[in-house]
Amino acid sequence: MHRRKTDIVTITGLAALAIGAAAITRMMNEAKDRPPDSAPGRTAKQSRFGRYVVAGRTVTIDAPRDRIHAVWHDPEQLVRFMQDLRAVERGPGDEMTWVIATPGGDARVRTRLVEDRPGEALAWRSVEGSDFDIEAKVQLRDAPAGRGTEVEAHVAWRPHWGVAGQWAAKLRRVDPRTRGRHELKRLKMLLETGEIATNANQRNA
Amino acid sequence: MRALTWHGKHDVRVENAPDPEIVNPRDAIIEVTSTAICGSDLHLYDAVIPGVAKGDILGHEFMGRVVETGPKSTLQKGQRVVVPFTISCGSCFFCKASLYSACDNSNPVEKQDASEMLYGHAMSGLFGYSHLTGGYPGGQAEYVRVPFSDVGPIVVPDGVPDEQVLFLSDILPTGWMAAENCDIQPGDTVAVWGCGPVGLFAVQSALLMGAGKVIAIDHYPHRLELARRLGAEVIDFKQTHVLEALMEMSGGLGPDAVIDAVGMESHGFAPDNLLDSAKQRIGIGADSAHALRMALMAVRKGGRVSVPGVYGGMADKFPLGALMEKGLQIRTGQTHVQRYTKELLHRIMEGEIDTTFLISHRLPLEEAALGYRNFHDSQDEWTKVVLTP
Ligand SMILES: NC(=O)c1ccc[n+]([C@@H]2O[C@H](COP(=O)([O-])OP(=O)(O)OC[C@H]3O[C@@H](n4cnc5c(N)ncnc54)[C@H](O)[C@@H]3O)[C@@H](O)[C@H]2O)c1
Ligand SMILES: [Zn+2]
Ligand SMILES: [Zn+2]
Repeated sequence: MHRRKTDIVTITGLAALAIGAAAITRMMNEAKDRPPDSAPGRTAKQSRFGRYVVAGRTVTIDAPRDRIHAVWHDPEQLVRFMQDLRAVERGPGDEMTWVIATPGGDARVRTRLVEDRPGEALAWRSVEGSDFDIEAKVQLRDAPAGRGTEVEAHVAWRPHWGVAGQWAAKLRRVDPRTRGRHELKRLKMLLETGEIATNANQRNA
Repeated sequence: MRALTWHGKHDVRVENAPDPEIVNPRDAIIEVTSTAICGSDLHLYDAVIPGVAKGDILGHEFMGRVVETGPKSTLQKGQRVVVPFTISCGSCFFCKASLYSACDNSNPVEKQDASEMLYGHAMSGLFGYSHLTGGYPGGQAEYVRVPFSDVGPIVVPDGVPDEQVLFLSDILPTGWMAAENCDIQPGDTVAVWGCGPVGLFAVQSALLMGAGKVIAIDHYPHRLELARRLGAEVIDFKQTHVLEALMEMSGGLGPDAVIDAVGMESHGFAPDNLLDSAKQRIGIGADSAHALRMALMAVRKGGRVSVPGVYGGMADKFPLGALMEKGLQIRTGQTHVQRYTKELLHRIMEGEIDTTFLISHRLPLEEAALGYRNFHDSQDEWTKVVLTP
């Protein structure tokens, strides 16, 4: 009797699994067969980017495109709104190294500026010897109704140690997704208000 | 400095805290001369708002004298100012549309994640409230750091007593916006749930805006009496069937507009309310929406629903059908205080609006904990507490 009951449980369990798996496969195929919609790829229900994790975010900033473009060429402004960014070093050649403080010591992200269209777009790609395999892009568009500029930042990176590494980074709040979101919002604050909001009651807090 | 800090449910204490400094260029430091305890503070006192941390300085209704200014502040040392509880940058999309309580730039970015998850969008910064809204140290203290001091604080002339202008910081504009959200047409009947400070100021505002009849609902005799003195008809929900009475008192049509000035901690023994408060106690389905449910049922077809009462989470058994089938409009939100301060200050100076009738008790800041206890436990007599550091 007891044996039979376990069997039934197992069988129903397996059946449920099979149905579940079938449903998932169907959903995946359904998504595959569909014509692409207008949404940015990173908002898709399934990643289409292989071993790269892709994240992005758009904010509207009430400032002209040229002014926002210029910020990305000004290390002094970059360190003000980019979290834990200690310095930006130039060279050799057209290389740029982003020195980022992390809980495990400084990370050196070595990149090349692979695209630079004033008032429109900038993109960086990491080079051999960089601590992270990463590509980042910033696109600027006029926002509707005179609201300023839509700033879209887009990062693709290969997490160290795959999925586990990605979660570890998330838990330590150093994953590029959270960082990117925070940094864009800080940039917005800086350009729209001239300062970055803080609840600190002391200057050196 | 001395400041009132939160330590848990029904546990607030006046303690020492470091004096605030100018941190950002647009900051000013205010030496507080008067500060009040608000119904919203009671939600923190009852620990039903998430994201409050031990040691947080409470208080969002305060005024005082400017003692220090950052290089970009437009205030001058020595000026008397009332400070809105909403922190607003003045230059983002929302501030420009005078939706000050929706400011995009006043909540520190790390604090925005939680509300973005909870509400789909990040909230703005508020003084002395939850970390969902920035965790800014509040005004029940000797000194406050006021960010964006060139946008928020309104300068008041010397010679006007604190008590006449203090409530510009929150409840007076809140009552005003509550009435404005009713889009009152001459002769309208407006029903107001809750005769606390917000409800009472909503009664006063609705009458000033041309309502023909305002009906105020509560169960505290003294608070109902204050509403009556302002010109309202009153319903005591402990002695009367509210829905039936409202129909009868509005010619069988139902009120044209309704105001929920109660919020998430509704009193009473209605079955839905008991269920809500039980869930609130064990931490699920956080909001007790009894007053709002009643308001939605009572309002006439095509009527307007205004919700100044604060809600923080989810509500069950929400009469969605009544909302849709009757074709209602709802307007709500944290008050866009900066939108109203000038006009209301003017009305106070002209003697059109009096706010002092509300104050029942005055205490030194040192006795703030007692003020909280009594404002919470003895609501009938304790209608508003003003603290002086
Ligand atoms: N929107 C805003 O910006 C804003 C600003 C300030 C306060 N508020 C909120 O407004 C609400 C009222 O604030 P307050 O300072 O007047 O608070 P309060 O606690 O002093 O008053 C609430 C009143 O509601 C009454 N009440 C409770 N249950 C009721 C019911 N079922 N029917 C009728 N009356 C009932 C109580 O007896 C009490 O008199 C609170 O939720 C507060 O958080 C909102
Ligand atoms: Zn308040
Ligand atoms: Zn703003």
